[in-house]
Parts: sequence; C-alpha cells; structure tokens
Amino acid sequence: MTLLSIDWLLLIEKLILIAIIVFASLGIALYTTFAERKVAAILQDRPGPNRAGPFGLLQPFADGLKLIMKEEIIPSSASKFLFILGPGLAMTAALMTCAVIPWSSHVELFDRKIDLQIADINIGILYVFGVVSLGVYGIMIGGWASNNKFSLMAALRGASQAISYELAMGISLIAVLMISGSLSLKTMVDQQMAPGQLWNVAYQPLGFLIFFICAMAECNRTPFDLPEAENELNFGYHQEYSSMKLGFYLFSEYVNMIMSSAIMASLFFGGFDIPFLDERTLAPNIAAILGVAALLTKIVIFIFVFMWIRWTIPRFRYDQLMNLGWKTLIPLALFNMLVTGAFILWRQGG
Amino acid sequence: MQALTNRAKEVSRKPMTLLEKLYLPAIAKGMLITFSHIFKKQPTVSYPEQKRPFSPVFRGLHVLNRDEEGRERCTACGLCAVACPAEAITMEAAERLPGEENLYREEKYAAKYEINMLRCIFCGLCEEACPKDAIYLSETFAPANFTRKGFIYGKDALLIPDAKTDPEGYAKARGIGEPTTAD
Repeated sequence: MTLLSIDWLLLIEKLILIAIIVFASLGIALYTTFAERKVAAILQDRPGPNRAGPFGLLQPFADGLKLIMKEEIIPSSASKFLFILGPGLAMTAALMTCAVIPWSSHVELFDRKIDLQIADINIGILYVFGVVSLGVYGIMIGGWASNNKFSLMAALRGASQAISYELAMGISLIAVLMISGSLSLKTMVDQQMAPGQLWNVAYQPLGFLIFFICAMAECNRTPFDLPEAENELNFGYHQEYSSMKLGFYLFSEYVNMIMSSAIMASLFFGGFDIPFLDERTLAPNIAAILGVAALLTKIVIFIFVFMWIRWTIPRFRYDQLMNLGWKTLIPLALFNMLVTGAFILWRQGG
Repeated sequence: MQALTNRAKEVSRKPMTLLEKLYLPAIAKGMLITFSHIFKKQPTVSYPEQKRPFSPVFRGLHVLNRDEEGRERCTACGLCAVACPAEAITMEAAERLPGEENLYREEKYAAKYEINMLRCIFCGLCEEACPKDAIYLSETFAPANFTRKGFIYGKDALLIPDAKTDPEGYAKARGIGEPTTAD
C-alpha cells in the first residue's frame, strides 16, 4: 500500500496550522475594526468607542452580535444563490491569501521540524495575485445579484478599479522578482534575511511606493474607496445586503488589509526578519517566536499607516482615479522595471 | 473697480509646479498634521462621569420655592402663565382652609401647577413675572424620558423639598454644589 503512504503527521500539522492562522487572522481583523475606529477618533481628537468593556475592548463583539441579530433580507428580485455566494467569495478570497505567507522560520516540536507557513509553493506570489483577482468576483457577483442598478454601477466601478491597479501592481512586482529571481515568498524573505543584504525596499523604493498605492486601491481603502463611498453613494455594491452578509463584506476588507500588509512586509520589509539581529545565533524556537512578533509588528505598522492615510486624504474623483492608475502608475512601474533590468544587466556584464 | 470690502482675496491661477503636481509632498504634509493630533488634548467631556460647569446665570429646571417657615410661596395668581411665551404653564387655584396656615403662605394657593418641559423654552420670564418670588429657575436640567407625558412636570416634581426637613433634596433641586464657571 505504498500509494497511501501519506505523512499523516504532516497532514495534522498543516491542519492545525491552518486553523491557527485562519482564526488568528479573523481575530486580528476583528480588532482591526476596533483599531480603525480608535485611530479615527484619536486623529480627530475624540476618545472613540470606550463604553463596551474596559477601554471599549469588547466593542467588536458588540458590533458582531448586532450584525448577527439583525434581520436578514434577501430582495425578492435578487438571484438568491449568487446573492449568498458574493460575500462568501469575498471572504474566502481574502482568507486564502494567508496560505503562502511565511509567518516565521520553523519551530522544532516533538522531534519534528514544523515550518510556520502553510504551503511554500514555488509560485507563491503568482498564487497571491490569482486569489486577489478572485476577490473582484465577490464584488461583481454581489453587485450583480442584488438586481439594483446602483449596486451594479458600484460593482462595475469597483471591478474596473481593481483591474486597473492590479496591472501597475504586477509590473512593480516584476522589478522585485528580477532582484530575487524567485517567486516563492519564503525564498524572497530568506534572501532579505541573509547577512549583509538589505531589505528589498532599499533597492526598490519606487517599486514599493507603487505597490503600496496599488495595495490601497485593491483593498478599497480611502482615498480609493469609490466602490463603497459610504457617505455619498450609500454603500455601493453591498447596498442591498444586511445582517452578517454585509458583515462579511466589511470584514473581508479588513482581512484583505492584513494580508496585503503581510505581503508588503514579506516582499519589501524582510518578512519576519528582525533588523540588526542574526537569527541563526538564537535557538530555533525562540527565533521563530521572535520572527512572528517581528512580522506582526510590521503588519500593525502598515495597518496603522493605512488608517492614518484614510483619515487624512479625501476620496479621489473617478477620473482622477483612472488617470492616476493608467497615466501615472503604469508608466512609472514600467520605467522602474526597465531601470532595474538595465541595472542588473550592467552588473552582470561588468 | 473698488471692492466693497477689502476682504476679497485674489485666487492664484498659476499652473502647478512639478512638486505640487506630484501630490506626495502635500500628502505628507497633511499626514503630519493628522499625526500631530494624536498628541492633542481631547475636548470631549464624558458626560455622566464628568460634568461641564454651568454658567452662574444658567436657567435650568423650575422649582417652586418655599418661604423661611417651609410654606409654599405660590398664590396661583397666574402671572407666570401669562408671561410664558411658550404657554407651557397651567395651574388651578384653591382657597386655603383654616388649619393649613403652616402649609401655604397666602389665602390662595395652587392646587395644581404643571409645566410642560417640552414646550418650555427656559427663557426665565416666569421667574421675572412672579410677584411672590415663588418660581425660580434652578441649575439642573430635565432628564430624558420615554413618553411625552413624562415631561409634564406636576407639583410633586416642581415643589422644592423643605430646606429644614430635607436639606439634601433641597440642594439637589436647586442645583447647589453643581460645578459652575464662577468657581
């Protein structure tokens, strides 16, 4: 029975890891909603939510309970299957990204070497792009299935925005790939961790800037939150949604934000690397725990910057959005890619 | 042409320089401004725990005063109701019976005295109109209520407790001890 010689321990190990990472992402996303309200409040000289529990720490649970207890409305003219599929797809696509992110090096438990990454596939970053593109279907299907012209228009707006910015994002990424020569996120992090090697942001500052702006647009964050535009266009593509289905849409935005922060940290800021410290001098388990802490710190900083920008800059007009995407970011990304390529060729030739 | 006021400012129509076109310096400047607000003092007053001081001339909920012997001052003359621009006050007069001299100061008193706090505009004209110094605007305000009926305050709510037998209730109704801007 060699055909069935599955490494059961590996399977169990991965299942546990998946459970931990998914629930941890959801937990962090829960508190990101709280952090968003707190950050907004503090930047606007308010105290923010502070009534539920000490410092308002139970507020996300109160919000969640409220959403669950609300009446669930499916419009009579909506396509019921797609209407339910939309938020599910948005959430699934948001969560699937976490599979390829290297959360830390490895831990040694029960004589086993456990990698703290669900799957180290050699096309990691391509997988991320594929899954992120699937997220557009969540928006499109939600808007289409609502059978409401405003939802449909908002969904179209959202989809065209996501597609436009994915292009510049991909091109800015090619420059990073030229430097690392690998698509696997783990390899890229390991390269940045090597002694004497700087983080990729030092080699690709322009690439990082483009990637960051595009990530913000992909997450539908202000100043790019045209699909939602909650104060002007009463909520955009999820206008017809209520109860926890709406919660899923709102929540997937926060999960997306965490995942894009994690990817930016891995691609440009050394992933779980702790600056000025050689991790190989530490015991592997301690290094792994410190690595997780370092990556989480980087993610928290990115999320704060996302929020900081949201509460500073007003929303773009639609033509400005398209101009920035097509006429500025894509040429800049192409320029960045060409310069990087020329530089690498020059280094090799010389 | 001579401008009417000298406050008009000419709008600059100069084309943007490269630095301005980049937007990024302007965005960084804006972000620094919002960041500086993290360290600013919040003006919020967390209401039930913290109270904002009233001005010493604050006109709050009405009280019906008593005299030094604890008798009701109001004689139900109706001048307050006449003075009231919002027509919030209604009253019914009754004659004092023998043996009630310790309760009512004059021969006539208000058997029923009601103020609709939803109509009242807290202007204080009733206080000015009163010849007997009987109605007085305290430094407290009307608490929330679930029904409109709950905002029609009768004599039980308006009549101030006797300062001798219930000094605490008296101070509470007058709003004594509430923080004011005077101190």
